[in-house]
Amino acid sequence: MPDERARRIASLAAVVSLLAAFGVTAIGRAQTNPSGTTLDPQNFGQIERGRYLMVVGDCSSCHTVPGGEPFAGGRSIETPFGVVVGANITPDRETGIGAWSDAMFLSALREGKGHRGEFLYPAMPYPYYTKVTERDGLDIRAYLNTVKPVHNPVVSNKLPFPFDVREEMAGWNALYFTSGEFKPDSAKSAEWNRGAYLVEGLGHCGACHTPKTALGGDDLAHAFHGYRLQGWFAPNITDDKESGVGGWSIDDIAAYLKSGHNAISASTGIMGEEISLSSSQMTDADLKAIATYLKSLPGQTTSPPAPLSPSEPAMAAGGAIYADECSACHGMGGKGVPYLFPSLAASPNVRSADPTSLIRVLLEGARSVATPGEPTSPGMPSFAWKLTDEEAAAVLTYIRNSWGSSAPAIDARQVGEERASMVRNGG
Amino acid sequence: MARKLPSKDVVIIGLGWTGSILAHELTDEGLDVVAIERGPWRDAPTDFPTTYAQDELRYRIRHDLFLRPEQTTFTFRNKMNQQALPIRSWGAFMPMNGVGGGGVHWNAETWRFLPSDFVLKTHLSQRYGASFLPEDMTIQDYGVTYDDLEPHYDQFEYLCGTSGAAGNLKGKILEGGNPFEGPRSRPYPTPPQAQPFSHTLFGKAARELGYKPFPQPSGNLSQAYVNPLGVRLGPCTYCGFCEWFGCGNYSKASPQTTILPVLVRKSNFSYRTECEVTRINVDDSGKRATGVTFVDTSGEEWEQPADLVILAAFTVFNVQLLLLSRIGKPYDPVANQGVIGRNFTHQTISDAIGFFDKDKFNFNPFIASGSIGMCIDEFNGDNFDHGPLGFVGGGYIGQVQTNGRPIQTNLVPPGTPRWGAKWKSAVRDNYLSTVIPGTGVHGSFYSYRDVYLDLDPLYKDRFGRPLMRMTIDFHDNELKQNAFLTDKFAEIIKAMGAKEVVKQTRKGPYDVTKYQTTHLCGGAIMGTDPSTSALNRYLQSWDVPNLFVMGATAFPQNAGYNPTGTVGALAYWSAEAIRTQYLKKPGPLVHA
Repeated sequence: MPDERARRIASLAAVVSLLAAFGVTAIGRAQTNPSGTTLDPQNFGQIERGRYLMVVGDCSSCHTVPGGEPFAGGRSIETPFGVVVGANITPDRETGIGAWSDAMFLSALREGKGHRGEFLYPAMPYPYYTKVTERDGLDIRAYLNTVKPVHNPVVSNKLPFPFDVREEMAGWNALYFTSGEFKPDSAKSAEWNRGAYLVEGLGHCGACHTPKTALGGDDLAHAFHGYRLQGWFAPNITDDKESGVGGWSIDDIAAYLKSGHNAISASTGIMGEEISLSSSQMTDADLKAIATYLKSLPGQTTSPPAPLSPSEPAMAAGGAIYADECSACHGMGGKGVPYLFPSLAASPNVRSADPTSLIRVLLEGARSVATPGEPTSPGMPSFAWKLTDEEAAAVLTYIRNSWGSSAPAIDARQVGEERASMVRNGG
Repeated sequence: MARKLPSKDVVIIGLGWTGSILAHELTDEGLDVVAIERGPWRDAPTDFPTTYAQDELRYRIRHDLFLRPEQTTFTFRNKMNQQALPIRSWGAFMPMNGVGGGGVHWNAETWRFLPSDFVLKTHLSQRYGASFLPEDMTIQDYGVTYDDLEPHYDQFEYLCGTSGAAGNLKGKILEGGNPFEGPRSRPYPTPPQAQPFSHTLFGKAARELGYKPFPQPSGNLSQAYVNPLGVRLGPCTYCGFCEWFGCGNYSKASPQTTILPVLVRKSNFSYRTECEVTRINVDDSGKRATGVTFVDTSGEEWEQPADLVILAAFTVFNVQLLLLSRIGKPYDPVANQGVIGRNFTHQTISDAIGFFDKDKFNFNPFIASGSIGMCIDEFNGDNFDHGPLGFVGGGYIGQVQTNGRPIQTNLVPPGTPRWGAKWKSAVRDNYLSTVIPGTGVHGSFYSYRDVYLDLDPLYKDRFGRPLMRMTIDFHDNELKQNAFLTDKFAEIIKAMGAKEVVKQTRKGPYDVTKYQTTHLCGGAIMGTDPSTSALNRYLQSWDVPNLFVMGATAFPQNAGYNPTGTVGALAYWSAEAIRTQYLKKPGPLVHA
């Protein structure tokens, strides 16, 4: 039975992913062994490259339950449409991908097609991974062949009707999915191209940082301009001076990705997890390449509003609250302490058009990510119990319009909504 | 019957300063280490958040951070012929509990002892003759010298980022530092803290009187700092909530802000909190520890076997565990034999309050830190001739006022009614213009035959184990020392321009209800002779060589300084001996 099934799978795969199969043939691995893979289990260099690429892809974030067996799946991924559960991608033949051919693997990774030819949901970021080269894809497979097979059946599709109908993804793909490997731009440096490859492909930065359409596809006209998801606002990461990383040097960005901290800001929440599982383990050269590419992305063209006058009531109240509650760490000048307390004067998150993260950090407090380079992991306490909606709005308005910053005032209602969502989520 | 856990290389009892240091050093050596802590897990941003940590009622008055006496306590008496009674509310000292231990709630005064403090018996006998010392005084040499410890003082200060001004850099005396200190191999990691008005004024007055004032070495940092482990501290904001409080501002050196962030990332380190070690287990020979037994909050008893046991609890609990585990010969003050419990000491503290003209002096006393202040060391240790004075010992004196917290900063001049409108108005008139140094005179407490720890014959804890009994009183030597130092101190306060100075000279008997310091020392002291010390010069038990005992427990007597700097240095000294000597050849490091 397993053999028969494997054959059936192999033939299906050949149909759905001819291109990829040809690719495999092209590198001279036409023989399909019983486990489906054709890769050399002694090819250390390939396996090690694959391990590193899986770090770059942050694959464990969805495919490993924290503290659980590596890549055995089971972690729930919250999407605007419902929950999708990370698949078991260990070499287990029954419940993992052990019986898949390399072609099937590449098809899942880069085309969003399961081994039976079914559509995957783009929670699996194949719209980005499609840019991954075939060689890198096979390196990943080679590594995955070496991890411990874990028998763990996972039902990935926990979406409510109508989103649970996978066939709908055909239409979605037609709208939002463009298949095809990354094409280097010969006019740009090798470093820029490497950065573009990582950001647009395996790094799938746009999954969080690019705004989405109503159907959850990337709004490419505003790529990397920031997007609200899972109760956070993933900020603008273009070279925008106001709300992006325009004020950060390449080293600032690389330090942030490596250690979770730099002289301006610190990472928490989903990005903190990304840094812990992925970018903190990436090479300095790749992080600089990523920074180089991000710095080349043009920002928005809109200019910031005029700063609020210090005599506005909210500014006066906010300033008084700031002096009492915030200045001990962030300083009267808002500069903080490099790598310890973020600079509110310089941090683009403070001025973000979408203040979700800002409000959330003030209400809930936050713990910055601990990394080997920056183990301190400083935390900010919760102010939810201490500040009313009006007070929180005033102090946030103050920090958004002080020390040279200007951004729209925060309304008490916005704070109230964030507080309510915190309560709903048990925060 | 205890349930047995898988064996570890090292079990550490208590996860405070010394437990954290030893855990870090021994995990670096590749050993598998578990720390067992009686109290809860504690972390700076979540347990002492800046949003409510500055709560005098909760932390100072109601002792929120400390061991609850209902869990365990001590009995106390002054004299051997008295009946000891259990302490039901902490007073003279504050036993810590929980991860970070005393490192959470200390003032962060980070001193080194004088070179002569380590060879005290020899030094005083040579200078004044052995007969100069009181007959029942039992002071000893440490068995370790200042020069041995200097690299480890340095290690601890650089771990903490200590702020201070060097007074003796490799033998060169530097202006602005403490000229009496032993030579240090490099400057303090960060410059001294800024000094508020009253502290500055004290320095000026002391200088004009011919003394050499210097800023108190502080573990509340003058500027941001990253320590050799890569852990960062921030600059102190001088909020004045240090001692009795945790610091969520990352400004006060503590295990949480210097070591634990690195320690918890190590795969060969683990810890258990809310687990109370009840016994160190030894094999039939009595010469080898096999691990510890502990009880969790469900009352479940567990055995944690280990090859090496590090006892790193608070002074008195270290001694209690040794006695209950029958390790070492209990001290008998009548026969003057035995070692466990002997040379128990504390500190001799007093103050001089200065009332100033409110129209001329506004001290803003709330601007402070736990280790702020200007001090002089002319009257510490043997920095002055004791010959004509008839006592030994001394202490630093200084304006070291740590706070102007509202509930307790209410001293009024003598003659003021104790309550009512006149009292209120006097509090109002004097709050800003009164100098209340607190531990302004920080004197030594030398050891005596009848000041000791033993197991109480009557009172027991919830496990049926005897409580520790403290027998402690001041002797004439310390009271004379204190009277002399308090007079000198009052002269300087007067010279600052005080219109009235009230001396609070220490009087006997020792009062367990009034806070002095938490510097309880001794009870299982280090030394060179197994008949008068429990530990050798590496803090290794003479009796059980795979047991090392940390902390001020090892001090043969207490010097005129806060002990934590020396406690940290001894921990690093001991850790180095374990790493470089013991692990290569487990067994006694000193053959006596």
